Amino acid sequence: MTSPATFYDVFRQQGISRRSFNKFCSLTAASLGLSPAFASEIAHAMETKRRTPVIWLNGLECTCCSESFIRSGHPLVSDVVLSMLSLDYSHVLMAAAGHQAEAALEETRREHAGEYILAVEGNPPLNEDGMFCIVGGRPFIEQLQEMAAGAKAVVAWGSCASNGCVQAAKPNPTQATPIHKVIKDKPIIKVPGCPPIAEVMTGVLTYMLTFDRIPPLDRLGRPKMFYGQRIHDKCYRRPHFDAGQFAEAWDDENSRKGYCLYKMGCRGPTTYNACSTVRWNDGVSFPIQSGHGCIGCSEENFWDNGPFYERLASVHTPLGVESNADKIGVATVGVIGAGIVAHAAASALQRARNPDNAAKTGAGE
Amino acid sequence: MASTSESSKKSQGLLHSLVSHATEVESPATKVYVYETPVRLWHWVNALCIVLLCVTGYLIAAPPPSVPGEASFSFLFGNIRLIHFAAGEVLALALLYRVIWAFIGNSHAHQIFLPPVWSIKWWGEVWHEVRWYLFLVKVPKKYVGHNPLAQLAMFGIFVLPLFVSVFTGLALNAEGEGIESLWYQAFGWVFALLGDSFTVHTIHHISMWVIIVFSMIHIYVAVREDIMSRQSLVSTMISGWRYFKDDKE
Ligand code: HEM
Ligand code: SF4
Repeated sequence: MTSPATFYDVFRQQGISRRSFNKFCSLTAASLGLSPAFASEIAHAMETKRRTPVIWLNGLECTCCSESFIRSGHPLVSDVVLSMLSLDYSHVLMAAAGHQAEAALEETRREHAGEYILAVEGNPPLNEDGMFCIVGGRPFIEQLQEMAAGAKAVVAWGSCASNGCVQAAKPNPTQATPIHKVIKDKPIIKVPGCPPIAEVMTGVLTYMLTFDRIPPLDRLGRPKMFYGQRIHDKCYRRPHFDAGQFAEAWDDENSRKGYCLYKMGCRGPTTYNACSTVRWNDGVSFPIQSGHGCIGCSEENFWDNGPFYERLASVHTPLGVESNADKIGVATVGVIGAGIVAHAAASALQRARNPDNAAKTGAGE
Repeated sequence: MASTSESSKKSQGLLHSLVSHATEVESPATKVYVYETPVRLWHWVNALCIVLLCVTGYLIAAPPPSVPGEASFSFLFGNIRLIHFAAGEVLALALLYRVIWAFIGNSHAHQIFLPPVWSIKWWGEVWHEVRWYLFLVKVPKKYVGHNPLAQLAMFGIFVLPLFVSVFTGLALNAEGEGIESLWYQAFGWVFALLGDSFTVHTIHHISMWVIIVFSMIHIYVAVREDIMSRQSLVSTMISGWRYFKDDKE
């Protein structure tokens, strides 16, 4: 493979002006939460660094991550990032197909061993020796392990790769397994979301390429700059939450007034993501702004914590009846209360029938 | 006063008698000092906090009807949560204090934390108590502290869920403070352990119902025993002294 040109060379080849380039650098610095001084550092890195090869694998997934990625709305990013990376393999975006494509993959693996970034969209199913997801005639798990062995770092795109997502929801028949449970010996950057925000995806890659290190991660392995706060912490409906003003039904007076969607099941208080700050589609909106509660798509187990439109998750009882914590609680209190009444009645009866013994009953609590 | 009361008044630390068998009394004194002041104080502070936490906790998950008017004129939900967090922190500190006391207090002070589940004799006594509550045994045994069944219930449906609600509660509180906070550094591991924040909410919530069910049984049994049994209960948690009604001086 020919040695990739620097990022800046590629930008210029694409007809991007110096001015737009500088603008991109300062916007990137801002979106990464860095001080303006870093803009020149980013520019310098882009002018001198060679493009880093990126391999983009797809396992069990729906391609929403790729779809989100290509809509990155920051100035030029949808064009630029594709050229910035040397995207050597990607089912969705590459021109090659079949054996040609697999050959390109093999070539990167050999010639850029230890240098390339492995971006994984989706996850491998482990049941039946991985037969539920076949790529290039082989179980995906084999391709994943092979490519991870030579990678510098692994980026787990989306909730599938980070947490398992819908295919790993109970009962997980194919045993779909998130990347960090399969690849143990490489740094893994989780970028959860279903899909992740486009600018978050490009932001994470830009950080890694320019600073040549992985971004600071939180306890669960997510980049702090995008997953450091909950939706709820920066939600513009938060004053209604604190005041105690909630939409009580879809399209009622309160929801038209833009009250908090907590009672309608909003998962903002338990969801770490940047939607309420970065927003979607070039900052146009995000679910809560459009009147729909957050479903917590970037959180682990979010499919199992449904229903999305109720505050409490359904809890599966041993009897197979679906319920929630409050319903189970109230029912238990009822049963125990009835038991207490019956026991009290029986005690009184015994005492009445056998007054001599009365003083002798009881055993100290 | 009989001599047993003097000896049980003396502090016997946890190290002194690691096995916290309930003490069955053969020939008891008329009154015995059971619950020391720190234990009684904890009991009532804890009870008050639990009432506040259950009411506000329930409302946190099922908020009251919306307040009218501008958002800036009301802080209703904020206040409900504030009371919850404040009571939660008091309860957590009180529990810490109680755990420390288990090490330095008398032999009853660590009973609820350490049921001797490894002792076959003890399980036999639990079974005896079960039959007694089912009216199958006529004459109960007498205990200075908790009877074995009560000890098991205290541990299983009270002490454990209380620890669960405290740790999950402190973790949820840490989230509010932010992931860079000291709180989060101290309690963030709860999320790594349980997976996600919402599951932590659900577990925190379920532990509330376990504690409510325990409290119902606890209050019923305490009042019933106080009326029907051979010893005092409710007043014991106030004065610390257990009286045996059928003993003559
Ligand atoms: C007897 C003990 C307690 C009970 C019964 C209790 C009850 C509850 C309940 C029912 C909820 C609602 C959960 C949901 O979202 O479904 C809740 C939330 C919460 N509790 Fe507790 N709790 C207790 C102790 C504590 C403690 C010790 C703390 C620590 C300070 C604490 C802090 C919190 C926090 C931070 C929330 C989340 C509030 C929010 O998301 O707005 N709780 N509690
Ligand atoms: S709408 Fe959701 S995220 Fe926003 S304040 Fe209400 S509960 Fe929090």
